[in-house]
Order: sequence, then C-alpha cells, then structure tokens
Amino acid sequence: MFGFLVRRVLAVIPVMAVVGLFVFSLLSLAPGDPAALIAGDQASPADIERIRASLGLDRPFLVRFGEWAWRILHGDLGTSIFTNLPVTTMIGQRVQPTVSLMLVTLVFAVLVAVPLGVLAAWKAGRLVDRLVMGGAVLGFSVPVFVVGYLLAYVFALELGWLPAQGYTPIEQGVGPWLANLILPALTLGLVYIALIARVTRATMLDVLQQDYVRTARAKGLAQGSVLFVHALKNAAVPIVTVIGIGIALLIGGAVVTETVFAIPGLGRLTVDAILRRDYPVIQGVVLLFSFTYVLVNLAIDLLYTLIDPRIRY
Amino acid sequence: MSDSKDSLSRGSALLSVENLQVHFRTPDGVNRAVDGVSFAIGAGETLAIVGESGCGKSVTSMSILRLLPEPPARLSGAIRFEGRDLLQLSEREMRAIRGNAISVIFQEPMTSLNPVLTVGRQIGETLRLHQGLSRKDAEERAVEMLTLVGIPEPRRRVREYPHQLSGGMRQRVMIAIALACSPKLLIADEPTTALDVTIQAQILDLMRDLKSRVGAAIMLITHDLGVVAEVADRVVVMYAGRKVEEAAVRDLFRAPRHPYTRGLMGAVPRLGAAEQPGAPQRLAEIPGMVPSLKTRIDGCVFAGRCPSVTDLCRSHAPALEPKAPGHLAACHYAPKDALAA
Repeated sequence: MFGFLVRRVLAVIPVMAVVGLFVFSLLSLAPGDPAALIAGDQASPADIERIRASLGLDRPFLVRFGEWAWRILHGDLGTSIFTNLPVTTMIGQRVQPTVSLMLVTLVFAVLVAVPLGVLAAWKAGRLVDRLVMGGAVLGFSVPVFVVGYLLAYVFALELGWLPAQGYTPIEQGVGPWLANLILPALTLGLVYIALIARVTRATMLDVLQQDYVRTARAKGLAQGSVLFVHALKNAAVPIVTVIGIGIALLIGGAVVTETVFAIPGLGRLTVDAILRRDYPVIQGVVLLFSFTYVLVNLAIDLLYTLIDPRIRY
Repeated sequence: MSDSKDSLSRGSALLSVENLQVHFRTPDGVNRAVDGVSFAIGAGETLAIVGESGCGKSVTSMSILRLLPEPPARLSGAIRFEGRDLLQLSEREMRAIRGNAISVIFQEPMTSLNPVLTVGRQIGETLRLHQGLSRKDAEERAVEMLTLVGIPEPRRRVREYPHQLSGGMRQRVMIAIALACSPKLLIADEPTTALDVTIQAQILDLMRDLKSRVGAAIMLITHDLGVVAEVADRVVVMYAGRKVEEAAVRDLFRAPRHPYTRGLMGAVPRLGAAEQPGAPQRLAEIPGMVPSLKTRIDGCVFAGRCPSVTDLCRSHAPALEPKAPGHLAACHYAPKDALAA
C-alpha cells in the first residue's frame, strides 16, 4: 500500500510535466502578441521589442520553459501582465468562491443523483425509472447558460426566494453563503447529476442481478438495506470513478456558471485572463485545475481500496 | 386428500405446500413453472425435491420465501408454515420470517456471498436484524458460528472477505449465515453442486451434523440422487412443474414407481457397472427434452419421453395416487401394491 502510494505520487510528476509543457506551448502557439498588446496601439516596433525582451519572449522556447518550470516548482507562478500582482495572489483571492461552488455542487449532485439512480434501477422499466432517465437526457441536453438564466429568472426575479447574482464569503455566515450558491450549484450540477444517475442506474441494474443480492433478501433485510448497503457498495467503484471524471465537467462548467451568476471565482479569472492574453494568469489557473484533477484521480484510486477489499495495490 | 396415513397430516406439518401454482407471464405466453404441486415437511424432517433443471424445484423453494420477481410471477395455492399462509402475509411479516424461521443455502458459494462485506458482518447481520444483537455481540456470535461450521481460526476469518476463502469454506459460511438464527426450516438449493467431490461429502456431513444439533427441517433441492440417498428422509420427484412421485427415500430407491424416476436412477453413473458382463457400455439417458411449460399439456407430462407410453397417457393425465403405503406416483401403469388405499 505504501509502495503504491509512493509510485502513484511519483507518477504525478511526468503527468504534470506534460501538462506544463502543453500549457506553456499552447499559449506560445496561440495567435496574438502579448508584447504588442501591452505596448498598445501607439507603440513603435522598438517599444514592442523592448517589452518582448522584458517578458523574456525573445529567448528560445525550451529555455523559457525550463525557467518557467523552475519558478513554478518554487511556488512562483509569475506576475500578471495586466494587474502586476503575483498570480498566486490573484488565484488566492478567487479560489474560495470556486471551491465553494464546486464542493456544494459535488455534495448536492451526489446526494441527488445516487439515490435517483438506485431508485431507477430498482424500479427499472417502471414510470419512476422513465422519469429519472428522461430527466437525465434533459439534463444532458440543456446548455448550462440556458438553465442558469431560467433558474435565475424564476427563483430570483419572479419568486424572489434567492439572490440572482454574486457571492457572499463564508465568513459572513453559512446561510447567505449557501443562498448565493444554490442556483449556481443547481445549474452547474444538472449535467453532473444526469451523468452520475445514469451510471448509478446501469451499474445497479447489473449488481441487482447478482446472487448476493438474492442472499441479502433471503436474510430478511429490508429493501433499503439491500439496495443501499449490499448492492450500492458493490456498484460504488464505477460510480466513484464517474464522480471523479465529472470533476473535469465541473471545472469547465464553473467558467460559464460563474459568468452567468457573476461569481468572482477562478472561472471568471480565467475568462478575463484569456480575453486580456494575460499569459502568466492563464498558465497558473490551468496548471492549478490540472493539478487538482490529477489529485482527485489519485484520491479516487485510493478510495477504491476502501470500497472493494479485492482491490489491492 | 388421498395421502395415506403415514404421510404427514396437514396439521402436524411444519410446512405444507398446497396446490402451488407459479405462472410467469412472458412475451410469448404463460410459463407454468410450477403447476399444482403439494407436499409437506414435518419438523426436523429432511425432504428432498429431485428433478432436472427447469422442473420447477428452485422456483418452488423461492416461492416459499416469496423471493420471486412479482410480477411477472403469479402465485396461487397456499404455503402454510406453522399454520400461517405465507402467500397471504405482508412483505414486512415475510421479512421477519426470511433468514429467521426459514433460511436458505444457495448453490453458488462463489457468488452468493457479498464480496465487499466481511464474513463476520454477513453472518452477524441476520442476528442483529432478527435477534436485536449489538454489533459486538453479533460478531461474537459470528465467531461461534464459524467454529460450529468447522472453520479454523474463526477470530481471524470473521474479519476476512469472501474472496480470501476457498469454495468449501464459503459454503460453510453460507451455512453459518443460514443457521445463525436457528431456523425451523432450512432450504438447501443444490448446496453441493458447485463444490469439489471431496468437499461435497464434508458439506453433507456438516449439514447432517448441524441438523441434528439445531433440529431444523431441511428442504433439499437437488438433481443428485447420491446426495438424496445420503441425507433425505423423504423424496418428491418433480417433472415439468408437477410432482410425479413421492415416497420415503428407501421405498423410492427400492421400488421407483414412475418411469421418470426410474429413468433418473438409470442415468446415475455407477462405479464398476460397465465391467459387469452384459452391462450397457453407455450411461442410460432419458431420451427427448422436457416439454415446453408454455403450452397446456392434456395427457401425462412425461408422455413425450416415456419408454412405455400408450394412447391413454397422451389423452388423459394420470392422477397422483398412492401406489404403496406413503408412496405416491402419477402414472397409469405404475405397479400398485395391494396394501395401498
């Protein structure tokens, strides 16, 4: 187990190296010249060249990549071209809303989707199953921004139950914090719920056919214990896997959701940075997202061993 | 009923199945998996139900526990257990009986245990559920049960998972689960079929030993006549969803009355039989196939495969009637003792 942990953590290094190379080169390949952009319309070619040199953009690609990687390994993500603030500071200011949004969405989605999937599998072919699966198709097909505006219109503007926009830090109270997150989490979670519910249903359908489920029933266990203890634990590996994969979905969706609900999070920071071609910020944010994703997957691999005793590393 | 005197009267039976019919609705017609079967099991008795795959023996046992998918299964008749008709009980009342007064040992020890729960948890579960034991007491009891079924190092095994045990050990665990609440009736559905021959003998010995200690009645479902001869008191032979013969085990082996039963016995390989002069070189088989249960059969269900079939068999179903004391058979031509009522 410890050996596995060491190997898995070491395996993160090449993955992150490739991610780093990709992030770094993607921006070099993208159209637009940051030096020209920073210099502005009135700048002479010499000015642009000077700025380019100050940014280090005139040196060979691999040299720049090496230096960049070295700085990052020391916790320095560079300085924003636009605000002149360290990228770490900018991310730090924006991290709480996004983490809050993702966590609330994650918890909410799992709490809704897993029971729905179990219910659909239990009542397979019946009305409940068709409603859940129909809802899942709807969840997949309606775009995030449509759902977002619709929810905001109904629950915020018409009914006035929840705030339409903005973010309240958790330090100002859990109630206001959560109130601001409910609609965004619902919006962001819809696809995620659909995905988890479908996978839960499919896996549970298979598990419910197994002999040990019959054994559980023959013991006199109530339906709930049969479904949620005996069956669900066996179905958990694929479900946890898809929850993990879905984190990527959340990261992507957060960008749009934060825009719709005017949440000052990392998603908005990313969009703004891309619009301004603020290279260090884009690189920092993408690296952070990638690293989070890699860590989530590592955590899931470890979680497997807790769920299924047959899995040993 | 026409059952003779030494057959169990309805009153004293622990379990009596009366005219049980189990019909499955399928897209291409109704499958009459069990079609009017009656039998009784006395307290502490071992009744074997014998027949080929698909004859309805497992469906019968699952009907007793009401564990068939419902719908599409439609059950009628009565299943009386300690005076109560199980078919009339609510699901909640049924749950209180399952794993408690009636428990099951399934055929596949490899797949019948939950792979992600510890052995101790799976044994203790019924105890916590039916006897209200605490988690700690249940585990303590699980260790005792493992000792009882002959698993070495029970304290270690109780924390292990099924994949860490061999097939024979897993079946012992299944037996421990089934016996944990001291059931009055133990349904053993092909308990040894999936096991190695040497392990089979051990499991049968264990079941016999525990039965005498716990005093449970056993309903043994099998197609293995060797197993029947070893453990059963009485035998019900089923064919195509019907009971075709019933007798005490000795009577059945000494003088099988139904041609199907004789066919089954002829199909059992016997060591050294081929070396005897004049012995057939091939194992006897029953020609033909079990008839489809989706069409109504007017005559005898076995007519299509019977070596001594007549026109009477094809047009008229034989009644299940006593051919000797305590020996029922459904065949027009079964030899009948003068003593039979």
